[in-house]
Amino acid sequence: MTKRPFLGWFASPSILIAFGITASVLAIVQYSLRAHVPGSIDPGGFTLANFATLWHVAYGLVFLNSLLLCIWTALFALLIGYPLAYAMVRARSLSLRSAILLISLTPLFLGEIVRTYSWMIVLGNRGFLNSVLLQTGLIERPINLMFTMSGVVIALVHFTLPIVVVMLAAALSHIDRNLERAATSLGAGRIRVFLTVTLPLSIPGVVAATSTAFAWTFSAFATPQMIGGGQVQTISTMVYQVGFASFNFPLAASLSLMGLLFAVAVLAIFNTGMRQLERHGAH
Amino acid sequence: MYKSFSDHLLDWAGRILLTLILGFLVLPFIVVFIASFNESAILSFPPQSWSTRWYVNAFEYRDFGNGLRNSLRVAAFGAGIALVAGAGFAYVFNRYDFAFKNTLNGILLSPLIIPNFTIGLGVLVLTAAASMPRNVWTVVAVHVIIVLPFVVRSVYVSLQNLERAYEQAAESLGGRPLHVLLTITLPLLLPGLVAGAIFAAILSFNEFTASLYVVSQRTETLPVAMYNYVREYADPTLAAMSVLYVAAVAALLLLVHKIFRLEKVLNVD
Repeated sequence: MTKRPFLGWFASPSILIAFGITASVLAIVQYSLRAHVPGSIDPGGFTLANFATLWHVAYGLVFLNSLLLCIWTALFALLIGYPLAYAMVRARSLSLRSAILLISLTPLFLGEIVRTYSWMIVLGNRGFLNSVLLQTGLIERPINLMFTMSGVVIALVHFTLPIVVVMLAAALSHIDRNLERAATSLGAGRIRVFLTVTLPLSIPGVVAATSTAFAWTFSAFATPQMIGGGQVQTISTMVYQVGFASFNFPLAASLSLMGLLFAVAVLAIFNTGMRQLERHGAH
Repeated sequence: MYKSFSDHLLDWAGRILLTLILGFLVLPFIVVFIASFNESAILSFPPQSWSTRWYVNAFEYRDFGNGLRNSLRVAAFGAGIALVAGAGFAYVFNRYDFAFKNTLNGILLSPLIIPNFTIGLGVLVLTAAASMPRNVWTVVAVHVIIVLPFVVRSVYVSLQNLERAYEQAAESLGGRPLHVLLTITLPLLLPGLVAGAIFAAILSFNEFTASLYVVSQRTETLPVAMYNYVREYADPTLAAMSVLYVAAVAALLLLVHKIFRLEKVLNVD
C-alpha cells in the first residue's frame, strides 16, 4: 500500500492543464519576438521590432487610458460597494439580506455582453437616460455618454460591483462584533465606531477588492469596445484590433505581454504600498 | 434601545443610499426589459407602441440557436473537466506535500490575473504555432483554463471545513483508502462540488472575450453570436434575448440559493 493514495491520479489532470496554460503564455512570448508576415497568421523570423513599435506615444496613451479606467472604476466600485456590502452583512431581516444578495450578485452571472448591451440602451443619445432628462426638461440637448470615458466607467462600475461586494462582504462578516460593542459601551457614536473600528478592520478586504476590481477592469473587453466604440482605446481593445483588423498577431502578442507585465507591476506596487501603509498605521 | 434624532437621520440616509445603489444595479435590466417590447426597430422611451415580435425574432434567428447549442455543450464539458481536474487538485493540495506544489497552484490560479483576452490570444497562437486544428475542443480548453480557479477555490473551502474525524474513524475501522474516499469524503464534499460545478458552468456560459479569439462561425458561442448581432443590427432583438438570458440566470441562481444558500457558497455569511 502506498502512503499517499490517489496523489498521482488526482494531480495528473491539473498538471496537464498547467502545461496548457504555460504553453499558451510561452506561445505569446514566442510570437512577440517574431516578425509580422502580412496576410499570414504564421510569423516570420526573430526580431525585437514589435517592442520598438510599442515604444510610441500612441501606445503609451493606450496604457495610460487603461490605467485611468481601472483607477476610476475601482474607486467608484469601492464607494458604492462598501455601503451595499455593509447593508448585506448587517441587515437584520433575513428577507432583506436575501434580496440584497440576489440583486447584487445576479449581475455577476450575466456576462459582459448582456450587461454592456443594456447599458448601451440606457446611455445612448436616444436611450433611456437622455429621453428621461429631455422629457422632464432638465437638459436641452442629449448628453454624450456613449463613446466617452464616463460612459465606459459607468458600465464598468456596474460590471465590477458584484465581485467587489462579495469580497467586502466576506471581510465585513468576519469582523468580531464585540469590538464594536466595546467601542459603543465606551460611549462612541455610530459614525465614530464605524470610522475607528469597523473601517480599519475591513481594510484587508478593501485592498483585496481593489486588486480584483483592477484585474477585472483590465481584462474587460466588451464594455470598452461596445460603449467606447473605438473612441476609448484600452489595451484589450487594442490587442483585438491589432490582431483581427490588421492580422498582426506578433504585435498583438507583444502588446498583451506588455499589458500583462504592466498589470502585474501596478498590482505589485499597489499591494506593497498598502502593506507599508498598514505597517505605519499599526504604530 | 433609545434612539436619538441623529440615529434616525442616519438610518434614513442609509435606506435612501441603499435604494439608490440597488436602483443603479437593476436599472439597466429594467430598461432592457422595456426596450424589448418596443414595437419600432428604432429605440424610443417610452415606447410608442408595444409588440412581442422581437422575441419571435430572437427565437427564429439561427445564429442564436446555434450559439446556444454550442454554449451548452462547451459549458457542460468545460465545467465537467474543470470539476474533475479542480477537485482532484484541491484534494491533493489540501492533503499532501509534493514537489512543485506551490508552482502548480500558482500556474492554475494565474488566470485570475491574466486577462481573458491574453488567454484567448495565447491559445490561438499556440494552436497556430503547433499547427493544431481549432474546433469546439479548443473553445472547451479555453473555458477550462478560465473557470478552473473558481472550482479549485470552491472545493478547497469545502475541504477545509470537512471534519477529518469521520475519515479517521472509517480508516481505523479498516476502511481501505478508496472505500473511505467514495463512502465518506465524497458524500461530505458533494454540496461544495455541485456548487463549484454550477458556478463553473455559469461562468463558462457567459465567457465572451477569450472565446472571441478561438471560435469559428461553426463553433461560435451564444455571447459571441449576441456580440456579432449588435455589430450588424440595431433593432431590439438583442433586448429580447437579454431579457430571456437574465430570466434564465436569475431562475437558476434562485434555485441555487434555495438549495445551498448563496451566502454560504460565497463565504459572506
